[in-house]
Amino acid sequence: MTNQQDFIITLKNVNKWYGEFHVLKDINLNVKMGERIVICGPSGSGKSTMIRCINHLEEHQEGDIVVDGVLLNNDLKNIGQIRKEVGMVFQHFNLFPHLTVLQNCTLAPIWVRKMPQKEAEAIAMKYLERVKIPDQANKYPGQLSGGQQQRVAIARSLCMNPRVMLFDEPTSALDPEMIKEVLDVMVELAQEGMTMLCVTHEMGFAKKVADRVIFMDAGQIIEENEPESFFNNPQSDRTKLFLSQVLGH
Amino acid sequence: MEKFIPIPSRPAPVVEVGLIGWMRKNLFSSIPNTLVTLFTVYMMWIVLVPFLNWAFISADWIGDSRQDCDSGGACWVFVTVRWNLFMYGFYPEDSYWRPNLAFILLLGILVWLSVPRLPFKKWVAIAALTVYPVAAYTLLYGGFGLDVIPTHRWGGLMLTLVLALIGIVVAIPIGILLALGRRSEMPVIRMVCVIFIEFWRGVPLITILFMASVMLPLFFAGGTDADKLMRALIGIVMFQSAYMAEVVRGGLQALSKGQFEGADALGLSYWQKMNLVVLPQALKIMIPGIVNTLISLFKDTSLIVIIGLLDVLGMVRQALADPAWLGYPAEGYLFAAFMFWIFCFSMSRYSIYLEDRLNTGHRK
Repeated sequence: MTNQQDFIITLKNVNKWYGEFHVLKDINLNVKMGERIVICGPSGSGKSTMIRCINHLEEHQEGDIVVDGVLLNNDLKNIGQIRKEVGMVFQHFNLFPHLTVLQNCTLAPIWVRKMPQKEAEAIAMKYLERVKIPDQANKYPGQLSGGQQQRVAIARSLCMNPRVMLFDEPTSALDPEMIKEVLDVMVELAQEGMTMLCVTHEMGFAKKVADRVIFMDAGQIIEENEPESFFNNPQSDRTKLFLSQVLGH
Repeated sequence: MEKFIPIPSRPAPVVEVGLIGWMRKNLFSSIPNTLVTLFTVYMMWIVLVPFLNWAFISADWIGDSRQDCDSGGACWVFVTVRWNLFMYGFYPEDSYWRPNLAFILLLGILVWLSVPRLPFKKWVAIAALTVYPVAAYTLLYGGFGLDVIPTHRWGGLMLTLVLALIGIVVAIPIGILLALGRRSEMPVIRMVCVIFIEFWRGVPLITILFMASVMLPLFFAGGTDADKLMRALIGIVMFQSAYMAEVVRGGLQALSKGQFEGADALGLSYWQKMNLVVLPQALKIMIPGIVNTLISLFKDTSLIVIIGLLDVLGMVRQALADPAWLGYPAEGYLFAAFMFWIFCFSMSRYSIYLEDRLNTGHRK
């Protein structure tokens, strides 16, 4: 058994309620450095809520979340510390429409990491090249396609040089032709060894890059396994049903 | 495999253009439309023509007493002989250059800020908010070697502008803070802001002005009596900032939750999130609402007549009561209305211009 220090993220008996509604039930999860985890499950199963708890976009009521050695509680300093190290990509991109692509990417490095503007811009251009849209740097997000916007969002997160990346259904709001360009970027990122937690319905992506697939329903982690066994030999009947519906069409 | 070649785009069909085409489309497209057009033209004929005749063609412009008004048209002499009174109130005549200079400086700042090509915008804006108020106060009130001219001698358009400008400049930041406070997650701050906003918004401005003029002095110990204009200003600012807060709150709520979350996820602090991400977008959405509030504030300033300060409308009303000039209410009120309209209309156009210029972020 590895000890606590090897895990970049630890969730221990995490519970969360929305009012009376029990969204997350006794969630336990350990994520190793460099591990790529895909989280799937039907809508309303709590998968987005779980990863949003990790950078405190949602507050959990019970249990412990430790990210990179920092305990997540209501201390603003800890929250800020964790958000610096955890990048997040959203379903609806959440780019800032009043700033150019480049300004979107340099905003946090300049203000949170206190980086000089020149340096921040150089880093931003490096990551924009990696997501293959350096030529769009001076456009506004509203002038880009959905796939391009999502790639900017990924670059924006990478500019903070995070130790973990969270993806919350990054391709769900995209046209079919744009999903691939975003997934390609994510696959590359995975191959470079980035620690990733990814909520997605793209089972092909899961098979290709995941070290572990987690299946959630009704606020619980029902099954977790490596993709090979997960897809070919699911243990729970709920997982079987879900897979037959997702892969069946 | 067959190669897919898209059909090249063709120009849109040519529609009737030019003046005749426009008229046919907009004025005479159907029988009811034609009737409405003819009726409107007729109404304009019977209303506008006599009015223009009265106000301009057969009006009297030059003279210095009512004997010069004998043509039967409007008697603008009523306005011209009191021009200084309407502009400056009882401000001493040999010091008119002081408010004039303050006004020219203000215009210069506004023009500088609105012409895109001029440099040093940031510094001009900072100067406008720091150096200018001190300079304008010194010019209007006195000090640094200038004679002190007490505020009870101020009046007319000058007083209107002073009240409106200070009200606007102070109410906007207070309003933003109140709106942020009302959406705060800290219950005490939220409650204080809600009580403040609901209190000032629930009371008519007239009541506030009365309270400021009658009751505030009761709370002060004798001798520390604040200036009457100052008291009115505090009342106006409180009242307007409550309204402004609700406009700002509307703008904050129009912004998608994703913008807040995007900023949070990047690790921006609360004030960084507000200043860099939320407010720049929210203020843009709020421009029409803010300008709406400002225009109503501008016109509300004439309410200070009830505590004995005379703005441009107050001065006109006082002039109308002059026994030597009885019988010219139309000229007086038209003039006052025109003064208000010029400034309100300018604000409205300026806001449209601002909206256009700030639109870059969402441009497709």
